[in-house]
Amino acid sequence: MAMSEQEILAGLAEIVNEETGLDAESVQMDKSFTDDLDIDSLSMMTIVVNAEDKFGVRIPDEEVKNLSTVGDAVTYISANQS
Amino acid sequence: MSSTSTTTNLLEGKKLLVTGVLMDSSIAFHVARLAQEQGAEVVLTSFGRTMRITQTIAKRLPSTPPVVELDVTNDEHLDTLAERLGEHVPHLDGVLHSIGYAPPGAFEFMSGTWEDVATALHTSAYSLKGLAQASLPLMSRGGSLVGLTFDASFAWPVYDWMGVAKAAFEATNRYLARDLGRGHGVRCNLVAAGPIRTTAAKSIPGFEAFENTWDQRAPLGWDVDDPEPAALACVALLSDLFPATTAEIVHVDGGVHAMGQ
Ligand SMILES: NC(=O)c1ccc[n+]([C@@H]2O[C@H](COP(=O)([O-])OP(=O)(O)OC[C@H]3O[C@@H](n4cnc5c(N)ncnc54)[C@H](O)[C@@H]3O)[C@@H](O)[C@H]2O)c1
Repeated sequence: MAMSEQEILAGLAEIVNEETGLDAESVQMDKSFTDDLDIDSLSMMTIVVNAEDKFGVRIPDEEVKNLSTVGDAVTYISANQS
Repeated sequence: MSSTSTTTNLLEGKKLLVTGVLMDSSIAFHVARLAQEQGAEVVLTSFGRTMRITQTIAKRLPSTPPVVELDVTNDEHLDTLAERLGEHVPHLDGVLHSIGYAPPGAFEFMSGTWEDVATALHTSAYSLKGLAQASLPLMSRGGSLVGLTFDASFAWPVYDWMGVAKAAFEATNRYLARDLGRGHGVRCNLVAAGPIRTTAAKSIPGFEAFENTWDQRAPLGWDVDDPEPAALACVALLSDLFPATTAEIVHVDGGVHAMGQ
């Protein structure tokens, strides 16, 4: 069953919180992973593999480069979820 | 990806330590997957912040193996490895070394510093001896140690000090074979794989240089997105099918190593 963008955002915020300890509320659609949330490439890898399992999507490395904001990730997951 | 193996239970009852599973693109992931399909019980290692990634990826294997912490440059991790592994397996029949790292500076031959090179050698070459020694207390029944190399007989584009580290790695394998044969019954062999698009490979600046030419040069052709041929060779070497083979390097490169052009 497809999840809404709000549900995906909430799920993603939970994953980001587990990896970085950042408050789930600070994970907003317009936030940049690197500039605003200070997430490095290793944390990003962890977040991506956990998101893949949680949402049942494949996020190839080539695609990860294009996901600069939380909103980019939510849109990609929403469009590709099974 | 489907398994192309036709035999089953090649590793029935064997207990294996598989290092180097980072992503599901890792060569080691496919060794672990095929080994489980062939009846082996597998324990993985990972280290530091990559532990969480490995733990998540481990769930994508046919059955989820335990993940034990091992940074091969950390003496304390090595000294306590056998004891910590003992919680999961009574002994080991095989160990896969699938570890390589060099700092970015090591991929610039003339400007790479000793510090860069020392890290490359420690993590990518000396670690084979460290891992073998740390596993030995669990290998009293003998067994198989398998590592992954990138043919170190040539000076390659961009590989630079990692190529030197691989030359040291290949020599380390020969010395281990000498010292762990008689008395220990441990066979030591390497698989020289062609280029495969993994996290380690993609972090090498200019890695695409190999990707494009390998397929053309290989008599059998070559797919940089398929880690399975290399993984199958590791499984074969971990099995009982090579009882009199040690200090060997098996090329799984489509045949490139033997071509003049
Ligand atoms: N990908 C290729 O083209 C290719 C070709 C020939 C040989 N190899 C070799 O295969 C092996 C596995 O690499 P891969 O291509 O699957 O990439 P990979 O990035 O998936 O695996 C490399 C592994 O090394 C581990 N590692 C790095 N430093 C470590 C340390 N200090 N302690 C413990 N583990 C550490 C990483 O966690 C990772 O799991 C390496 O030895 C590599 O040189 C790769």
